[in-house]
Amino acid sequence: MKSDVKADTTSDVLSVAGRGAPAEPPGAPGDGVTRDGETGGAAPRRRGLGARARGRLTRWLLVLVLAVLSVPFVFPTWWMATSSLKPMSEILRRVPTIWPQDPSLEAYGRVFTLQPFAQQYWNSLYIAVLVTIGTMLVAAMAGYAFARIRFPGANALFVLVLVGLLVPSEVTIVPLFRIVNSLGLINTHWPLIVIPVLGAPAVLAVFIMRQFFLGLPTELEEAGRIDGLGRWGVFWRIAVPLSRSALGAVAIFTFLKSWNLYLEPVVYLSSKENFTLPQALTQYVDAYGGPMWNVQLAATTLTVLPVLAVFLVAQKQFVQGLAHSGLKG
Amino acid sequence: MATASAAVRRDWLVGYTMVAPVVLGSLAFVVLPLGMVVWYSLHEWNVLANTFTFVGAENYQRMASDPGLADALAATVWFSIGLVVVNIALALLLAVLLNQKLPGTTTFRTFFFSPVVVSLVAWTIVWSFLLQADGGINGFLEQAGVQGPNWLRHPTTAMIAVIIVQVFKNVGLNMILFLAALQGVPEELQEAARLDGAGAWRRFRSITLPLISPTILLVSIITIVGSLEVFAQIDVLTGGGPGNSTTVLVYYLYQQAFRFNEFGYASALAVLLFVIVLVLTLLQWQSRKRWVFHEV
Repeated sequence: MKSDVKADTTSDVLSVAGRGAPAEPPGAPGDGVTRDGETGGAAPRRRGLGARARGRLTRWLLVLVLAVLSVPFVFPTWWMATSSLKPMSEILRRVPTIWPQDPSLEAYGRVFTLQPFAQQYWNSLYIAVLVTIGTMLVAAMAGYAFARIRFPGANALFVLVLVGLLVPSEVTIVPLFRIVNSLGLINTHWPLIVIPVLGAPAVLAVFIMRQFFLGLPTELEEAGRIDGLGRWGVFWRIAVPLSRSALGAVAIFTFLKSWNLYLEPVVYLSSKENFTLPQALTQYVDAYGGPMWNVQLAATTLTVLPVLAVFLVAQKQFVQGLAHSGLKG
Repeated sequence: MATASAAVRRDWLVGYTMVAPVVLGSLAFVVLPLGMVVWYSLHEWNVLANTFTFVGAENYQRMASDPGLADALAATVWFSIGLVVVNIALALLLAVLLNQKLPGTTTFRTFFFSPVVVSLVAWTIVWSFLLQADGGINGFLEQAGVQGPNWLRHPTTAMIAVIIVQVFKNVGLNMILFLAALQGVPEELQEAARLDGAGAWRRFRSITLPLISPTILLVSIITIVGSLEVFAQIDVLTGGGPGNSTTVLVYYLYQQAFRFNEFGYASALAVLLFVIVLVLTLLQWQSRKRWVFHEV
């Protein structure tokens, strides 16, 4: 029961959040009047011109407030990207320069010579891709079976799986480290691929897929069965293609989670050529242990910008997908 | 009959096959480790000395008298409270502002959400540079005539810095959840109150806030649970310091296990963390029920 309640609210929130910019359907009665009345933009006629002008002023003041509030969200990323093109002397200037005075790609060259950064980039990329594909597959199958197939013990097995939602990765890191160690898989990528696909991190994906299939009308699948498709045929040919939106959400938050994973690589990996990006980013220090700002910023820029670019293109999917995972926390 | 039964059994088999990966995975990587962590917590275990002795509840007794743990719990409480208060307040403010149909709303929403997709470690590294004594933040403050502190070197400001960095990273998610709730507030109520002469603030306090309060409660609990799992930020920004002022429970656990090789004691700490998260999550499910009831 609990879980059903959870899902309903999830999809509720998302259907609203997914609407994009808060643009109400045009026919919403009284909408413009009330909302705008609050700030006065379209003040009712009986108010004087003065009130209308004041309303306009309020609106622009609020836009100004939004602009000021944007600074701590946007400036760090901007500063990161531009400072990676600056020499150290310019980065260390008291007041940050908005644009590099003498842009140079020197730091980018050193990113690759100080560490096997290309290898580390590849590690992060291929691990995240495998984890994403594996999780989508495991979650679609389990979600479908838990939603559609009545087999003995289904509820008990589902509750067993849900335990994973209650376990932060820090709680099980010591025993998992022991297990991985006794299998001789320390300093390999196996634990970073297999545990997320089959263990606690996959549970949220299973849950989301199950809720999606529960809300999906069964008519098409029944038609498929009448046409002679078996369970697997219905699953692959009908259910999976219909679940693209839910699978997209799963793909986005799974990829980002793997791409950003920090604790597990720190615990499992020990040699630089096996490192993943988040771990590698912290390793750019000079001979005295001091950080090399411009080199480190160049490496972080290379890590951040591709994801940010994809986000800007597929913003709606990102917001929906991450709000799904955010609801779990 | 026999053929029908065979077909049903075949269907069961498909079901078991489909759930097998995640069920076996849960057994191997969730249930088994949970059992192991409880078992370990009853042992004195030093990896370097290669000793593993059953000590019963000794690790739990040690927890009660460990000043390091008391400090870590205090830091955790401060961090969680600070994070939730600032995060919820800012998320609500942003959501309300974005709900006014002002020009540029879509762009601002993108701005506020963008740190959510930025790699956590990258975000934290950039802020650690900006927060240096001679870094960008203090440069700006100096322009405004304020002498900024050495943020990451004083216990209080270090905690503030960790909270602020985390808030800007993730507040966009809560903002979206609040925005969805705000858009669910019926216009008719607002309109009726406006005709009764209620001002904007009064309407927000008496209509909007009560209607979205279940969402606020839910989001608060989610944020608290999330705040308990903060690791990378602490590790990159402060390393738990200065002193142990930002050593929260998970970081203390990590130190005990992988710095001091005290796996037994670290396991007892993991059990404590699990119990705290369990209680909070049950609260969350409870509040979810109320939330739905409210919407109906």
